[in-house]
Amino acid sequence: MSQRLGIVVSGSLTKGVEVRLDSSASVEDMAVGRYVTIEGERQRFFGMITDVSLGVIDQKLSLIPPDVSDPFISEVLAGTSTYGALHVLPMLTISGDVTSLIEGPQPVKTVPSHFSAVNLASQQDVELVFGKEDERKFYIGTPLDMETKICLNLEELVKRSNGIFGKSGTGKTFLTRLLLIGMLQKGTAVNLVFDMHSEYGWEGRSEEGRKVKALKQLFPSKVAVFTLDEESSRRRRVSTDFVVRIGYDEIEPEDIGLLRQTLNLTEASVQAVYQLAREFGDKRWIEATLSLGDGDETKQLLTRLSIHDSTYRNLRRGLETIRRLPFLLPCSPDNPVKRILEYLDEGMNVVLEFGRYTDITAYILVANLLTRRIHAQYRERMEKAIGEDIAPPRPLVITIEEAHKFLNPEVASQTIFGTIAREMRKYNVTLLVIDQRPSGIDDEVMSQIGTKITCLLDNERDIDSVLAGVSGRSELKSVLARLESRQQALIFGHAVPMPVVVRTREYGSAESYRGFIAGGETEIRKQAEKDIEELWE
Amino acid sequence: MSEVQRVGEVIEASTTEFVAQCYELYQLPPLGSLVKTRDESVELYGIVYNAATTSLEPGRRPIARGKDEASEEAIYQSSPQLLKLLRSEFGALVVGHKQGDKLFHYLPPQPARIHSFVYRCEPEEVKEFSQSFDFLNVLINTRLPVSVEELVAASLRQMSQVHEDPHRFLVAAGKELAILLSGEFNRLKAILGRIKE
Repeated sequence: MSQRLGIVVSGSLTKGVEVRLDSSASVEDMAVGRYVTIEGERQRFFGMITDVSLGVIDQKLSLIPPDVSDPFISEVLAGTSTYGALHVLPMLTISGDVTSLIEGPQPVKTVPSHFSAVNLASQQDVELVFGKEDERKFYIGTPLDMETKICLNLEELVKRSNGIFGKSGTGKTFLTRLLLIGMLQKGTAVNLVFDMHSEYGWEGRSEEGRKVKALKQLFPSKVAVFTLDEESSRRRRVSTDFVVRIGYDEIEPEDIGLLRQTLNLTEASVQAVYQLAREFGDKRWIEATLSLGDGDETKQLLTRLSIHDSTYRNLRRGLETIRRLPFLLPCSPDNPVKRILEYLDEGMNVVLEFGRYTDITAYILVANLLTRRIHAQYRERMEKAIGEDIAPPRPLVITIEEAHKFLNPEVASQTIFGTIAREMRKYNVTLLVIDQRPSGIDDEVMSQIGTKITCLLDNERDIDSVLAGVSGRSELKSVLARLESRQQALIFGHAVPMPVVVRTREYGSAESYRGFIAGGETEIRKQAEKDIEELWE
Repeated sequence: MSEVQRVGEVIEASTTEFVAQCYELYQLPPLGSLVKTRDESVELYGIVYNAATTSLEPGRRPIARGKDEASEEAIYQSSPQLLKLLRSEFGALVVGHKQGDKLFHYLPPQPARIHSFVYRCEPEEVKEFSQSFDFLNVLINTRLPVSVEELVAASLRQMSQVHEDPHRFLVAAGKELAILLSGEFNRLKAILGRIKE
């Protein structure tokens, strides 16, 4: 039974409507982020409480407060002379007419008429808006104070790049695991995870220090763990599928360009890289540069290429840093890109663990290097698919952490991730960006992110950048700033019909694992049945 | 209708109020109580707002007589004519009327007639009448020799006694008043202070 809260007294479409609370409803029971339905004359509106305020009918009351210690007086005044008010942002209409039954809830284009009744949204209402868990929809959490499941449409989700934001310690990692599991379970896309802190592939730890299982343990047949640091993986008893080694010959001048900030290179040094690459060839320029001695030959070479001595030293220092990375070899025995693509083609999800190499230089270098080649491959295949009318490659979601290092305004235009965020949707490659400083990400990239999932953010600039371009943003701002620091997230964008605050689904208990695997098993069974059918055709 | 409840007779009437004289000296209905009188088919409801006991003749004031008497009752016993030389009368503000079975909380088309009998209302009638608080609007908008706040408070106190849950009745009435007196918090406060239990 839905509970009546009050009536609409004023408002506008852009700013939302004011609701005066009935005397029976206490302001203290209200909460920002809760859902309400408004019964208009012809339509039902679905909205969210974005503010709660207090009002008095006569200003004198606030100047000379009445004696509220007397229960009689306070009871009389409550709801008459003094009242609570809600600010509600209507988001959808969920009327029961034919069009809305077919097309589902529609965005609001008007406001309810004066004095329309406002009720707390019932479970059915929420279910109607966010749908039930099914083959495409993944249950991510429940709304505040409700048991209804809120589901993300994963098929829609992977069509765009997505972002998970939040201060550190607010549950980004858990949310990411959930999303990845969702994608695995529903099989909507294959994932390539650049796992900086080695917490997605094998087990990770919750903040209380409890061990939590990760992807490979839950879906052993669908996940391959690649590692850069064999030793660390072995110590953690992770069964790895492949040890990634990268040859110098695979590092291209562009890769160095991206590392400019982390390696502290000057603009001139980056230019020098291109010159050296032209001189020695793309494949062996690093090796050649590193083996340059201090002799006259080198000096002559530098003069010929008009590279200043200080520039050369600067570059050399940077390259030495790279050389110290143990997973880099002068010549790699295997081709990691090829291996990753093989796995991805089989529908396996790849988690690349960085082990001890958590410094940002290694992360940026490897992530960029691999992604650029995978991107090129996907592009080629997609073009081929279009040209030859064959099935396009599986949608690929690339997960990157510390995204502001790749996507900040200075490098976003150069990195492959910037390109993917902007245009790769067409080539079936999208990003899952995880970051704690969204303000550091280029505006252009931010604007292309389809679904944003944000945990608590309290920096003004971060909040602004996450909410840029969203309707009702000042209202959402108050919701976002008041999220609890754990297990709560605001989701808005492409994959949900309206912004929603969720208490994220439990992760870490045996029961939760069963829930994840159960969903996955049906998929596997279905796949098996399909295979059998095909076999007998 | 029982004779017991008959309290007097209309001796002065206008559209908005009527004055009645009591049959017995001092048998006045309490301040704020609901009384009614009949005008042909219409029953008029009034709320007692004022009462007075005066000499029968306007020019002659009573004199003090008790100097040699032992008690106050003894004065009346030794001078039985006093009961006939004095009279009690009360004024009632018309707050509604009943035509047939329908109750209206606004002024009747005709004022009461002189010599109409005035009755105190039975608890059931009071209850029925106080289902709606529209009469409060009439009360707070009149000018009276007594303070309106006093009268409103007295009538609500009277009415609350016939309800099963007096507290709920008073809270509901208070809320109505809070809306009517939205800009006049001091008046509201005065009334609320007088009706809280």
